[in-house]
Amino acid sequence: MNEVANTLDARGLTCPLPILKTKKAIASISSGEILEVMTTDPGSVKDLDAFCAQTGHQMVSSEQPDGDFVFQIQKL
Amino acid sequence: MNNTAEIQDMSVNELNRWFDQRFEEKITEREADHTPAMTIISTKGTLDQAYPPFILASTAAALGWDVSIFFTFYGLSLLKKNMNLKVTPLGNPAMPMKLPSGPSWMKGKEVSLPTSVMSLMPGFENMATSMMRKTMDSKGIARIDELREMCVEADVKLVACQMTVDLFEYSKDEFIPEIEEWVGAASFLPKALKADVNLFM
Repeated sequence: MNEVANTLDARGLTCPLPILKTKKAIASISSGEILEVMTTDPGSVKDLDAFCAQTGHQMVSSEQPDGDFVFQIQKL
Repeated sequence: MNNTAEIQDMSVNELNRWFDQRFEEKITEREADHTPAMTIISTKGTLDQAYPPFILASTAAALGWDVSIFFTFYGLSLLKKNMNLKVTPLGNPAMPMKLPSGPSWMKGKEVSLPTSVMSLMPGFENMATSMMRKTMDSKGIARIDELREMCVEADVKLVACQMTVDLFEYSKDEFIPEIEEWVGAASFLPKALKADVNLFM
């Protein structure tokens, strides 16, 4: 597991809130650090991939360990 | 390939190949430097129709795009300090009328009266609006004022139509101070011309 600089709990939120809150949370960490995001919205899986592709941040991992979705995003 | 002598020595084919490669590099460079831009024209002032412009604008801003929304006619209601937006199923047969709460035999059941009949009931619009708000809250949908606030924070340009204010005799005090400018079509179109995405809602 990577060391996580900040964690965002976006569970229970729907489009577009997980993306908007991820954008804000990523502003709070430094380049190269990792943000962990937790969501329950199934649409957030592809949306966060698209967010990373567009903004240049890297999706390090995208998993669903116990029901919720957990993402690790490395800041550009 | 800075050397003039080397360029002079090139055959036409070599020169063409060199140019194509250089052109490709320059285009890629320009695309990488380009900040996408989006303009939206927002014309509707109901609770349901308020979502598309604010969702797309806030998301595009999160992706790093430059975004402006031009609010005109009923869309201008979305810039009021006190929005008080409503929704009605009348004339909108696709809108599901499901009870968001109540006894289990009623909850989630579709009300199957025609909307033209339902709309005769006093307070019908308020009831439909309250049902919609309850359903949205229970599903974790963002509130419109929350999305609008996020647009403002993300530097989405909120542009208001001057003609609409004059037409409906609104006072500018009724609107949020974050409005960037009050303009007409001729001021908005040049922005739309430069944008990659233009949407009318």
